[in-house]
Amino acid sequence: MARLTIERATKSFGALRAVDDVSLDVKDGEFVAILGASGCGKTTLLRLIAGFERIDGGRILIGDNAVSTTQAHVPPERRRIGIVFQAYALWPHMTVAENVAYGLSVAGVRDPERARRVAAALTLVELDGYGERRPALLSGGQRQRVALARCLVTEPSLVLLDEPLANLDVHLRASMEDEFARFHERTGTTMIYITHDQAEAMALADRIAVMDEGRLLQFAAPSQLYREPANETVARFVGDGIVLPVAVRSVDGSGGCIADVYGHVVTMRCAPAQRAAGTALACLRSRDLAIVEPAAAGVSARVDRAIYQGGFFRLEAHVEGAPDKLLHLAAPEPSALEPGAAIKVDIADGWIIPGTGGN
Amino acid sequence: MTHTEGLRERVEDYSLLWSLVLVVGVLSVLPLARLLEEAIAPGGQFSSTVLVRVLSSAATWTATRHSLVTALGGTLLAVVVGGVVALLVSLTDIRGRNAFVFCFVLPMMIAPQVVALAWLQVFGPSSPLLKLIGLAPALGSRNPLYSPEGIILVLGIQYAPLVFLTLRAGLRTMPRELIEAALAGGAAPMTVLRTIVLPLMTPPLVAGIALCFVSCLGNFGIPAVLGIPGNYPVLPTLIYQRLAGLGPAVLSEVAVLSMLIGFIAVIGILLQDLMLRRRDFRISTTSSTARAFELRGWRLPVEIGLWTLSALVLFVPLVALILTSLVSSVGVPINSATATLSNYDFLLFGHDAARRALVNSFSLSATAAVAIVMIAVPLAYFLVWRRSRLLRMVNLVTEMPYALPGVVLAIAAILLFLKPLPLIGLSIYNTVWIILFCYLARFLVLGLRPIISAYYQVDRALEEAAQVAGARLMRRLWTIIFPLVAPAATAGALLIFLTAFNELTVSALLWSSGSETLGVVFFSFQQGGDSTYAAALGTLTVIVTTILMLSTLLLAGRLPLGVLPWRD
Repeated sequence: MARLTIERATKSFGALRAVDDVSLDVKDGEFVAILGASGCGKTTLLRLIAGFERIDGGRILIGDNAVSTTQAHVPPERRRIGIVFQAYALWPHMTVAENVAYGLSVAGVRDPERARRVAAALTLVELDGYGERRPALLSGGQRQRVALARCLVTEPSLVLLDEPLANLDVHLRASMEDEFARFHERTGTTMIYITHDQAEAMALADRIAVMDEGRLLQFAAPSQLYREPANETVARFVGDGIVLPVAVRSVDGSGGCIADVYGHVVTMRCAPAQRAAGTALACLRSRDLAIVEPAAAGVSARVDRAIYQGGFFRLEAHVEGAPDKLLHLAAPEPSALEPGAAIKVDIADGWIIPGTGGN
Repeated sequence: MTHTEGLRERVEDYSLLWSLVLVVGVLSVLPLARLLEEAIAPGGQFSSTVLVRVLSSAATWTATRHSLVTALGGTLLAVVVGGVVALLVSLTDIRGRNAFVFCFVLPMMIAPQVVALAWLQVFGPSSPLLKLIGLAPALGSRNPLYSPEGIILVLGIQYAPLVFLTLRAGLRTMPRELIEAALAGGAAPMTVLRTIVLPLMTPPLVAGIALCFVSCLGNFGIPAVLGIPGNYPVLPTLIYQRLAGLGPAVLSEVAVLSMLIGFIAVIGILLQDLMLRRRDFRISTTSSTARAFELRGWRLPVEIGLWTLSALVLFVPLVALILTSLVSSVGVPINSATATLSNYDFLLFGHDAARRALVNSFSLSATAAVAIVMIAVPLAYFLVWRRSRLLRMVNLVTEMPYALPGVVLAIAAILLFLKPLPLIGLSIYNTVWIILFCYLARFLVLGLRPIISAYYQVDRALEEAAQVAGARLMRRLWTIIFPLVAPAATAGALLIFLTAFNELTVSALLWSSGSETLGVVFFSFQQGGDSTYAAALGTLTVIVTTILMLSTLLLAGRLPLGVLPWRD
């Protein structure tokens, strides 16, 4: 068990800054997800933590041990970490038990201690009796569990999981998610979970680090990420947020404010430091939007598309007179709203994105 | 700070890397550097006397002209035969492709000197085959193969598979849509061939031509068997005759001659390199071979044609060779009364040198195969997964001893080892070790290539998983990587074994009493007129070669595509 401290880590490949000035402080026993689209630098960050890549700037500490600095580099084989690889990387020429036992053999653990610990690890992932099989004969979920057992049998201080569910089908994903959660609970190991799937990250992680173009955009608990995105990119990326320009009329200094959205006055949440501003950006959630009578107060919009999603329609619309200001909301079935129809939208809640005006 | 952590791993990494660089340097660079030195400064002093003498000798230029004539003629024949066969096999829907490819490529794996002898048995006045059908030329008449045309014919047949393989590798990567698009556009098959296929195939074709030219140029077995009795010297046989006749005294002279042949070869290699700038050994996963042309009514005639060709270039000479090996002396007609196994009996139980050669060739080939795999597995690890400028250089120089004619390496090795080794004072000249050295240098690349392509197919995460489990480099190589590339390593080892087992060029110049190889004994039988013994020995090597080639097919399913040349 150990903390993981990343201080201003930077890694470039030629002109591309794959990881750009990223700092993270992961607490002992914490489950942290690193979330981002492909190419955002999350895999490079994982490879820096693991020691497969050398760092160009900054440093990485596991516990109190500086494993990557610009001067010194502890090789992966000395970092005492575990990795679950995306395609599992089980050795095809070894049985399940041999795969799991490998790290113990390397560390000089001999039978019967080794056999006992291998059996215990297989029990932990509910694969008793599978020891003599070859990985090729297992299902995707079973391979996943072998990979988990292999990485945990040596009791690493830190476990890195590289998109471990990406190769599984949808049904298996849900049950494996449960498994990871229970697993983390039982072992208490510090876990870093790389994923591009926000639902996975939300379901599993204590905190989520959102990355884009090599930079860390926000590092926060899932609900805070959803309710209080730190910038426009996170607002749009997480939970399919709607971003609209607003004017902040007044603030109460404790996280509440009155905002004007295209003439519609709404009570919103904001950072305590937020001040009144003529222009700022607000993050809205589609569940806080509702269609109201044309005569009622609200934002005038025009429907672009209505997509049937089973039981309801996803309405995509733009603000009247501003075709690039898009919003979307759910309309119950049946709905007579065709593209081009004029609607009035009421807004129940919103979050003023910090740094977009008035601070 | 923990600067010392990881120090041990770094030291291990670097010492392995630099040992490998050193090994490659000693095997691939040192001999050729020594040869270059000898040509410029014979005996250690700058002098152009030897250079001028050799280059102004008429014999030099006669042999050079002969070399060029036979190499170009052989290449032309090989390109026509190999090219047509490659197009038919790759682009049409003929049946029995695998069996045909095996039979067509087999002659390339048989020792050239054995092939040459087999062809002599087909055409000669004492031909058991022609006698069988009553068509043998009159006794005493000269065998028509003792001529430049004969050399060209056998060279062309020997190396047609080389052109076939290069062109076929190129055709494999060509998407069949390119052909189908042209056919859909209304072009006739021959037009498609002329306007689409051949232009696209120019790089592999030129590469095949260059490779074939260099191989014909460096071939020793065929011009030795056919050209020495026919008094038609080429550069490799001239070098052999000078050295065999006059000994190390003429070393400076033959060094210049081998530089000359090396120079001609380099021109060929450079041409190939120019065309293959963008080649790499990676195997494309989309292996949907373009078999776009349906032959319909022509299929059977084409199949008959191909198998007739195979019968002519493989079965006819082999049958002639086997028949010769079964008669007691040359000229005796074969029938149930004259057929005898006495030649085999003599070779295996009555002739010391033959038995010794069998042991020598077996152990030399096996040692070379195992040692090269031991070098190539870690070397390929660095070449594929730790690229650097140094390693690109290393990759390049490993090709040199194989790309250059064998006599060049042999002369270089003599120069290098004529004096006892420094420091330990031992001499490996005139021992079996100098032959082993040359085998290691020359065949390293044969083992390296299949192993490199296997690395490209291994997911590196498998190694990284072992690394995070705490395993250091040597342990990862041995427990994870070696098992994963083992099928390709085995194929490479067999390829080395087969090539070394049938080798003559190097050992003809380096053998000494006690260190004979099968090639040397075969050659001395043949030179001494004991054709029946030579035929029996040749038959034995063909049998061993064929069995080993067939046994590799068991591995075939676990190998990257294109590792085994004889498997379609």
